[in-house]
Amino acid sequence: MSKRTVQFKIYRYDPDKDAAPYMQDISVELEPSDKKLLDALVRLKAKDDSIAFRRSCREGVCGSDAMNINNKNGLACLTDIDSLKQPIVLRPLPGLPVIRDLIVDMTQFFKQYHSIKPYLINDDPPPERERLQSPEEREELNGLYECILCACCSTACPSFWWNPDKFVGPSGLLNAYRFIADTRDQATSERLDNLDDPYRLFRCHTIMSCVDVCPKSLNPTRAIGKIKDLMVRRAV
Amino acid sequence: MVTRHIVGAHYGLKDWIAQRATAVYMALFTLAFVACTLCLPELDYLSWRALFSSALIQFFGFLFALSLFYHVWIGVRDIWMDYVKPVGLRLALHLVTLFLLIGYAAWVARILWRLQA
Repeated sequence: MSKRTVQFKIYRYDPDKDAAPYMQDISVELEPSDKKLLDALVRLKAKDDSIAFRRSCREGVCGSDAMNINNKNGLACLTDIDSLKQPIVLRPLPGLPVIRDLIVDMTQFFKQYHSIKPYLINDDPPPERERLQSPEEREELNGLYECILCACCSTACPSFWWNPDKFVGPSGLLNAYRFIADTRDQATSERLDNLDDPYRLFRCHTIMSCVDVCPKSLNPTRAIGKIKDLMVRRAV
Repeated sequence: MVTRHIVGAHYGLKDWIAQRATAVYMALFTLAFVACTLCLPELDYLSWRALFSSALIQFFGFLFALSLFYHVWIGVRDIWMDYVKPVGLRLALHLVTLFLLIGYAAWVARILWRLQA
């Protein structure tokens, strides 16, 4: 394959230098081995090292390089360059404060994640080897534990944009259900109490933007539905 | 002054169920009402009046209005909660919405039940 040039339109903002954010037109020549958007960004960084973005594992496991790609949130390392319409418009994840260029401040996102106590609560003394589950019980955790906390879903959610301090968001709620669904956890009722709130859970109006963007193909809307289902069963 | 973010109002489930239940009821009533209207011998004032004079339409129609207003209350309150940040203004808007809807409900009752078969 021959070399090809890719056109970009990138959101630039350095609060130390710029009065306001602006969009920069820039192009970069790719090597035949460059397949993913992240490869192009790394080339771009070599050309103009003032461009700031996060990346780490480059294989869709760490969730660092989440960004808004042609108006849809996704991971740069999992997105094929050839699948994108040019110029490729890159912006930071919407709704979170921008630190610089494509880097956002994830504090609010992780505060919500911590608020659902994302760890197993079990007061029984640990058994000698491990806490066992049946294959069926373990099966329920599939589609939940895979979340990499990249924030693509929560920052695609209008309810999270309006109330990031109060609404847990799709990612937090998916993880909340991951522990509610875990048969080894003993705090199910407390977890449901923690979410029974017009803001924390019921800001979700099931528009499913989260499902649309999740780079791991997870379904936070279904998890949220299961939380509501358990609440109904507890109350009725 | 330090502003602390406080959550944990411990309501929401009831409203969430009510919103769905009222929606289902309104959908069913609308279908039944359209069917009743199509079965009218003629679509004029007298048969329209006769339709609304029936106790069944008055009973289920009033339930429809109550469902609508409860549904509206939850929906409009959600809009205030999303977009109106000052707490005092939000509370005022909640109250105005609530009073208006209660007033409308009384008004519907008066309109429906003044008709006699």
